[in-house]
Amino acid sequence: MTTQALRRVIPIIAEQSSALDAAGRAEVEEACRRLGAQPGALLPVLHAVQDRLGFVPPDAVPIIAHALNLSRAEVHGVISFYHYFLTAKPGRHVLHLCRAEACQAVGAVALEAHAKHLLGIDYHGTTADGALTFEPVYCLGNCALGPSVMIDGRMYGRVNAARLDALVADARKP
Amino acid sequence: MNTLPGRLRVFVPGDAAAKAVGADAVAAAFMAEAAARRIEIEIVRNGSRGLLWLEPLVEIDAAIGRIAYGPVEPGDVPGLIDAGAGTPHALPHRLHLGPTEDIPYLKNQERLTFARVGITDPSSLADYLEHGGYRGLQAALQMSPAAVVESVTTSGLRGRGGAAFPAGIKWKTVLGAPGSPKYVVCNADEGDSGTFSDRMLMEGDPFVLLEGMAIAAHATGATRGYIYLRWEYPEAHRALNAAIAAAYAKGYLGERILGSSLRFDLEVRLGGGAYICGEETSLLESLEGKRGQVRFKPPLPALAGLFGKPTVINNVITLASVPVILERGADHYREFGVGRSRGTLPLQLTGNIRRGGLVEKAFGLTLRELLYDFGGGSLSGRPIRAVQVGGPLGAYLPESQFDTKLDYEAFADIKGMLGHGGIVVFDDTVDLAAQARYAMEFCAIESCGKCTPCRIGSTRGVEVIDRLRAGQQPDRQEALLRDLCETMTYGSLCALGGLTPYPVLSALNHFPEDFVSPRAARIPG
Repeated sequence: MTTQALRRVIPIIAEQSSALDAAGRAEVEEACRRLGAQPGALLPVLHAVQDRLGFVPPDAVPIIAHALNLSRAEVHGVISFYHYFLTAKPGRHVLHLCRAEACQAVGAVALEAHAKHLLGIDYHGTTADGALTFEPVYCLGNCALGPSVMIDGRMYGRVNAARLDALVADARKP
Repeated sequence: MNTLPGRLRVFVPGDAAAKAVGADAVAAAFMAEAAARRIEIEIVRNGSRGLLWLEPLVEIDAAIGRIAYGPVEPGDVPGLIDAGAGTPHALPHRLHLGPTEDIPYLKNQERLTFARVGITDPSSLADYLEHGGYRGLQAALQMSPAAVVESVTTSGLRGRGGAAFPAGIKWKTVLGAPGSPKYVVCNADEGDSGTFSDRMLMEGDPFVLLEGMAIAAHATGATRGYIYLRWEYPEAHRALNAAIAAAYAKGYLGERILGSSLRFDLEVRLGGGAYICGEETSLLESLEGKRGQVRFKPPLPALAGLFGKPTVINNVITLASVPVILERGADHYREFGVGRSRGTLPLQLTGNIRRGGLVEKAFGLTLRELLYDFGGGSLSGRPIRAVQVGGPLGAYLPESQFDTKLDYEAFADIKGMLGHGGIVVFDDTVDLAAQARYAMEFCAIESCGKCTPCRIGSTRGVEVIDRLRAGQQPDRQEALLRDLCETMTYGSLCALGGLTPYPVLSALNHFPEDFVSPRAARIPG
């Protein structure tokens, strides 16, 4: 028997079991439709999904994999490689605190301890009131005016404990 | 008696660092105050001049040139207008800094790559053209690709991302490589702590990067380009996308650029917060939509890079330095610098420093001159104890090495590296054993996982340093740490694992006392 005869076509069937709600599913499908055709499309698609939903739900993985003709393992592997992509729904705001050397030189280690105490959580956690998710970041490019934090993409420099308290209090307002 | 101006032209930086200390609120205060007083006002959101300790640094266009005030808070704005800032008879004001160009920090620089940053409106292509923009590309299009490559080689320009590989040689390889299409990729994944020159340039003069990439495309036969930008730079993202749209609209990107046969398409792609993606092969993997794992070399990216095609991959500053080389000639650029380090390097003074900012100087300045003449010593007022040069993979230098010249070879001689020009200053409260531990921890967090010395060695490194600091058989731990560093240096696939021993060993060699007992107990005063 030739190897040719042994080959079978395994039909690829769209995953129907995704637990995403209809709105979430529509966003993911729209991102795949809009961005999926370009070369190296996976990161742009993941960014678009996170921009819209705030994170990349595990249930989006089969939809993205199917649309981009990748395996779920490949998509999962990429999501888990990059620190930026969140796989659980974050709080209403995301606080990134810079841990890198230039910020360390002006007190970032103490600020980090203060932040953990203030928020009552460690890195990658979300406060009990659902206001803030706390993430580390390794350099925001504000190294002459540290310590630096970023909240929802907006950067703040020369952040001391009092300034952080004020920023967090603001973020906690419903 | 001063007279209130009838019309004000005010520059308030739109740079992310300036915004981080309140520039948007200052701009809003000017708008509100001008409206209340019925003064006609134009606010230009320029790039930052790089005098970051003075941000928000506001400049007011006066008949005699631009006058600087800073750092300005929103509450200062009415007083500034009362004082007649910008009019010929302006009253003294405590924030008055004089003509911007005369501020010594700026005056003593040699700005080639950053010539327009802070001066022009980065959103305006017309302003770019008015200030000499696209003359480099025009000159390049009159030359054959080989002649452009030759010019870049002659200029002595070396990769400003850190590896310092001669740019012209890289380009020549791509030009001679068979294959189509070819790509130009800009590495804008500026992940080193203590660096922001790429960000400042992209926000302050994005068109110069576009021009440099178009020249690279002409020189190598590439037709498509990508700027791989880190997600942490949203302001740069907006600035680049706006500049790309403007360049397409006016025929500086796309088909038949400047009426020539050059076709070049360009887009920005965002990274995902992985430090390793600043390594060029890892960046290419990421652009292809994969995990950012380092590739084996060879093949070189110049021969088999993005999607397996010949690819020029250069740092932002490298590409942005090309237009001035083509405009003014390779010899003009070459005249700056020392030895084999030609041209200028935008240095970034950061961390615990009084006057932090961007200093573009010809190679050859000493570290001490930079720290004290430009930087003015530490921010805390305490003695400077250690300086980390070249990012998280750079060595910690003690005071005895501050007279080292800032050029590639001088730093290699002291087992350090200049890298991307980041200088992080620490005062005498720093614990170098803690910094060494952090270097290993950072490597463990950011390792791509492909090679064992980096993936496993970094975690073992943290453990060994912990035992050493705890005083458990310190001689054995030190021997083990040195042995581990040797394995990482010679056994790692790329610079992350290969250079992490630099900060670790420099801390251990120059500050051994910190590994014996905690620094906190010995801080003087």
